[in-house]
Amino acid sequence: MPELTYREAVRDTLSRAMRTDDRVFIMGEDIAEMGGSMGVTQGMLAEFGPERVRNTPISEIAIVGAGIGAAIQGMLPVVEIMYEDFLTISMEQIVNQAAKHRTMSGGQVKVPLTIRTQGGAGWSPGAQHAQQLESWFVHVPGLKVVFASTPEDVRGLLWSSIYDPNPVIFFEHRTLYPIKGDVPEELEPIPLGSARVHRQGTDVTVIATGRLVHESLAAAAQAEEDGISVEVVDPRTLSPLDVDTIVASVKKTTRCVTAHEAVVPGGFGAELAAVVQYGAFDYLDAPVERVGARFAPLPFAPVMENYVVPHAADVLAAIHRTVARAA
Amino acid sequence: MTPVAQVERKRPEASSLGEERLRELFREMLVIRRFEEKVEEQFRAGELPGFLHVAIGQEAVATGVCAALEPTDVIASTHRAHAHTIAKGTHINAIMAEMYGKSEGCSQGFGGSMHLYDVAKGNLGANAVVGGGLPQIAGAALAFKLKHEPRVAVAFFGDGATNTGAFHESMNLAQLWTLPAVFVLENNGWAESTPAQQQLPLPVEEMEKRALAYGMTSMEVDGQDVEAVYGAMRGAREHAVSGQGPVFMNVRTYRFTGHYVGDPQVYREKGEVHQLRETQDPLELLRVRLGMTSEEFERLDAEVSAEVDASVEFAKNGTDPKPEDALKWVYAEGSLERA
Repeated sequence: MPELTYREAVRDTLSRAMRTDDRVFIMGEDIAEMGGSMGVTQGMLAEFGPERVRNTPISEIAIVGAGIGAAIQGMLPVVEIMYEDFLTISMEQIVNQAAKHRTMSGGQVKVPLTIRTQGGAGWSPGAQHAQQLESWFVHVPGLKVVFASTPEDVRGLLWSSIYDPNPVIFFEHRTLYPIKGDVPEELEPIPLGSARVHRQGTDVTVIATGRLVHESLAAAAQAEEDGISVEVVDPRTLSPLDVDTIVASVKKTTRCVTAHEAVVPGGFGAELAAVVQYGAFDYLDAPVERVGARFAPLPFAPVMENYVVPHAADVLAAIHRTVARAA
Repeated sequence: MTPVAQVERKRPEASSLGEERLRELFREMLVIRRFEEKVEEQFRAGELPGFLHVAIGQEAVATGVCAALEPTDVIASTHRAHAHTIAKGTHINAIMAEMYGKSEGCSQGFGGSMHLYDVAKGNLGANAVVGGGLPQIAGAALAFKLKHEPRVAVAFFGDGATNTGAFHESMNLAQLWTLPAVFVLENNGWAESTPAQQQLPLPVEEMEKRALAYGMTSMEVDGQDVEAVYGAMRGAREHAVSGQGPVFMNVRTYRFTGHYVGDPQVYREKGEVHQLRETQDPLELLRVRLGMTSEEFERLDAEVSAEVDASVEFAKNGTDPKPEDALKWVYAEGSLERA
């Protein structure tokens, strides 16, 4: 099995799609010569040329809107919004337009648009370059929401996103770009709406996304030393959500922790907690614990940033709180 | 009071349409007028859900623009969408059925007056967010360019939309990438209830400056003269489709009604609408030009009004969607074929 970084996995998937399918093209800010602010699209201009690797003006409304228009005309655009904070500028096109055309038209229109974006703390970007806004989009019918945490998942999920007939917001985490992982020789699409059980366990289920998948795996290894068996599940697709895998896991373990880097109130953990309490109510031995960032705009100074965002220790503490409850 | 009769009435030579074609366009404009009067009447009678915006007074713009397009060209419309939709070829029965929320409607009852679609006819949908359709027209034009298809994408919008970020980003992108798009400003001097002088830093006749700022080819058009609109659009289409880039059309027109049906228009001087109807009615201007007698007109009017009445009957006899149909089109199923 070849090994790729998370960053290379994105590039590999885009390139494979563009090599085999003329409908696929990419556009976004600084993605051509510079190769994107995260270096994800480096080298793609040389291979595919400026018609299909399109540098855009700093115009997030037009980037997404033009992607929608091209998608409706049969193209498969993958647009990049440099930081997910800037999705806020294109919200009108995403929420009112991309998500609603199909219903508003009575099924006449498909919008096979993929919007790639990234965010995440850990490098002192301050308050406007590291938010985790994925839960906003889960609230909008008509959108699909993906958050990949490993190179293998990036490949399989991004491919499925490109070939999904609906608009997909594809979240990447900035601090995961350098991580390495084995990927299948041939690209294997992963259906949107299928969770991944990263680690089997019997005492507590941790449902984690993005960077917190890795923090949760570290916490689970530590918990094992403390005699607690932890199962780690990554939903991978937030909408649609693989409810069955999540509920089955919690029925088995009887305890649940949710973990994401986004702030806790209104975060995706709230949706997970609701799904779990409804699906596994009679099985739960403890309240669902939610791990996430403290409710503050991200401060600049590293000590404050570190204080705001969650780490493995926070997940481990939540695991201990759930098992401290009598079964 | 909005100054009237300032638009110089000149017509590009190349545009001249034969009398027969002009009569067809007159008929189409009359269909639009009677259709909108009818939906207004039905709405006031409490027959129609939702709310309505009519474009009475602006018929020559939609008609002239769409007459100059090829069937494969696409448009994006606005909340004031009936005229564009009729002019792009959708049967009034399908539009009226949509007004009534019926499955036979052009959006199967999912859209309503502000979301009329007919993709087969090249109507990519009316948009209830001011300026919302413009970036997507740039995107449609980008697709035509990438696929080397000789088609143009046309955005309709009002002067209010020229103050949105979506307008400026779309104009900039279209010009930057030399896209085959045409931006049709239906410049009626009103953004809902707010007059031009309170929302535009330029006089309405100087709105071309917004296009010139992007280096875009632009033109001023008399929107009350269907032949002038047609001629301008033919020229704009030729320019765009031949790879010379987008065109901006400042089409000067007049809204004879309020922003929405039932709008008391407290913001407008009483005599203004009357004066506009007397001097700027695109139907009357064309009727006089065609030398149409009142008998001829009445005969045509009776025919058109009967068609409109029939559309109401068609709509009333339509099928109500099942409540659970609401969830039918949220997502497209399956996966797209690989190339």
